[in-house]
Amino acid sequence: MIAELGHLLAFLALATATGQAVLGLTTGGEAPRRLAVATGIFAVMAMVCLIISFVRLDFSVALAVDHAHSQMPLIYRIAAAWGNHEGSMLLWCMVMSGYGAAAAFFMKDGRLRDRALGVQGLLTLGSFAYLLFVSSPFTRLIDPPFDGGGLNPLLQDPAVAFHPPFLYTGYVGMSFVFSIAAAGLINGEIDREWARRVRPWALFAWSALTIGISLGAIWAYYELGWGGYWFWDPVENASFMPWLVGAAVIHSLIVTEKRGGMASWTVFLCVLAFVLAMLGTFLVRSGVMTSVHAFAVDPTRGIVLLVGLGIAGGAALSLFAWRAPSIKAGPEFDPVSREGALVLNNLFLSVAAALVLVGTVTPMILQWLGEVGVISRESASLSIGEPYFQLTLAPMVAVLLCFMPLAQAAPWRKADLGPIMKWLTPAAVVAVLAGIVAMAFGGWGIWLGFGVLVGTWVIFGVGLDFVRRLGPGGAGRVFRLPLTVWGMAIAHLGMGFFVIGATVETATRTERTFPLSQGESADFEGWSFEFIGVTSVEGPNYTALRADIKVTHGNTTEIIQPEQRSYPVARTSTTEVAIRKTLTGDVYVALGDQVREQPGAWRIRIARHPLIDWIFGGAALIALGGFLSLAARVRRRAPTTTPATEAAPVAGSVDPASVTA
Amino acid sequence: MRKRSQRLWLIGAAAGLVTGAVALAVVGLQGAVAFFQSPSDIAAKGASSYHQSIRVGGLIEVGSQKHGDGGKLLTFSITDGKHTVPVVYEGIPPDMVKEGKGVVAEGKFDASGTLVATRVLAKHDENYMPKEAYDAMKRAAESEGSAADSAYVKEPST
Repeated sequence: MIAELGHLLAFLALATATGQAVLGLTTGGEAPRRLAVATGIFAVMAMVCLIISFVRLDFSVALAVDHAHSQMPLIYRIAAAWGNHEGSMLLWCMVMSGYGAAAAFFMKDGRLRDRALGVQGLLTLGSFAYLLFVSSPFTRLIDPPFDGGGLNPLLQDPAVAFHPPFLYTGYVGMSFVFSIAAAGLINGEIDREWARRVRPWALFAWSALTIGISLGAIWAYYELGWGGYWFWDPVENASFMPWLVGAAVIHSLIVTEKRGGMASWTVFLCVLAFVLAMLGTFLVRSGVMTSVHAFAVDPTRGIVLLVGLGIAGGAALSLFAWRAPSIKAGPEFDPVSREGALVLNNLFLSVAAALVLVGTVTPMILQWLGEVGVISRESASLSIGEPYFQLTLAPMVAVLLCFMPLAQAAPWRKADLGPIMKWLTPAAVVAVLAGIVAMAFGGWGIWLGFGVLVGTWVIFGVGLDFVRRLGPGGAGRVFRLPLTVWGMAIAHLGMGFFVIGATVETATRTERTFPLSQGESADFEGWSFEFIGVTSVEGPNYTALRADIKVTHGNTTEIIQPEQRSYPVARTSTTEVAIRKTLTGDVYVALGDQVREQPGAWRIRIARHPLIDWIFGGAALIALGGFLSLAARVRRRAPTTTPATEAAPVAGSVDPASVTA
Repeated sequence: MRKRSQRLWLIGAAAGLVTGAVALAVVGLQGAVAFFQSPSDIAAKGASSYHQSIRVGGLIEVGSQKHGDGGKLLTFSITDGKHTVPVVYEGIPPDMVKEGKGVVAEGKFDASGTLVATRVLAKHDENYMPKEAYDAMKRAAESEGSAADSAYVKEPST
């Protein structure tokens, strides 16, 4: 019954989304607002129905058979509901309609909200249609089996259980940024007020995306067992491109909001961010590539998604081309000014996104050309990996960050670089020293030195800027500074920590594999590892071989226990690494397999990942900064939340229908 | 006049940056790209004719997986059902690298014609094989047209 109820609710959501789209784009007013709330509620309830089917192990639901199992702990039964193609599409629909419902509550009445809800209704309608007609999660089996297949054991992990909800909140959130952009274009009102109203949504979506991507990276780091956190896998790139463009959007929105400038560029970026998010979905779900993330290999779904991508992207870009000439240009500014700096920021971020796009889709396009016979198969099959992305992106990020402290200090319209440079000199000196010290300790790598230099420059430059903003009031004013300043400072500091962590980790990580028999020990980078032995352990739905390894470093000794888990249902094994945290980074120990030629010996891989927490911590600060800027917006608006009586700046242009509806 | 100069430097900055980016991308694409080859392609051309890093896909031949050098090195052969390529890899490979399973190895050939892999990829699913590995086996089977070989290659299921 529950599955049928879920199915019915999804159909109801499809119906209300249709109403929301039609009424939002025509009459507007109260009706689309109520329909948007209804769509959101139906979608959440449909998701709850699916989760109940998983939790109660209803094996007459085909999806539960494939992805749930009676021995799976509760949390992974819930996560399994979205850890597959159909369920994650329902999550997508839920998040998308959730944004519509949230907008119904948080956006002021007026044409912008009406049209935005209308466009969001169209997107939601398309998503639910795709869900129901191409990949329904509620399909029943006539002859239910006794037990299911279980969730992929690699995904049975807390970080990755919550990776999809955050990722989708970010990824799909770009859909609402897109909807407001389209609404502004339809209304012909792309101005400062429009920018003021888009920015919270963009900040929220982008910050959530940052968390979603980071959770995936952290999971990859400790769960895949080889210590990497980012593989330039096409799916990772698919989430990274909207992130880069989203970062450009939240910066260019500042210029549009404060100065009225860059308006058409900002709208274009809003459209682009969502098109890239859709492209990412197409890449993940169409099976055009090899990836750990690609669950579904189904050409029909791929074609439907590609058509959807074409329609949404094409319509939005046509709308943009039609309306862009009427968007007013902002006031003039000098190249050396805050506007100029933000233009530079946008150029670098969008070029970086383009470089990632080239590296991601080139192999797929060539492969397709090879398949249709335009070029030979030999030249058609290639892969583009880490070296390409490092070579092309590192210079982009480096230059971008060199400008960051200067940009923060530059005033609007026209800046005088002389004094700014002068009081940033201490940061520059510290940065150069830090770069040299890093190179001296890390084997004189140019990239290492440069990365540390840039990161230190950012950290100290941002710090000096923060102190400057405190002004003569000094430390007493710390909590009187606007939250936006806090947000910016924290996010930019996060960038600095991230860059230092990433370059140091990449340049100085070390790893070795030791074959160890019982009682033997290995020495690695001043640490000693004694292999005590392997024992069998029973987990809820797996059996594990657990190694006891005595780690000695200086005077401290402790036992760490890496595992090899074997999941009988999925007939799969996973590596559970043991990580010993230190102030300077992680000691990472993985249990390999038995050495065939040497009975009783196991292969133990030991690695050092210096400053790895700076990478994840930096990403966390970036997300926190984004949320703080958002909170600033909410707090500033709070005193004036009597929406019905507040004279909206667009009130003069509200059509009568929307007032009476 | 001011408006025009503003537009000029904007276009100039954008053009400069895009030129730089294109140059980087071209250099990056030349140096960092690995072409995919099947064991049959390699048998036809000879291992010594490859100077760049390549990717080889297929199944790990049953009985070929060995640990050398006191367990530090993993050696195995990749087969597409027709030809095999010997591979050596240092370190612990991903969980799903098992005999009889699909795999893609990336690396360069040494003088003896062994692929020294810098990366070994496998699909994290019991039944699935990497698309490239599947294609390589399918092509090898088709080129010989033998029924037995076609039966050896199963559709990747998800």
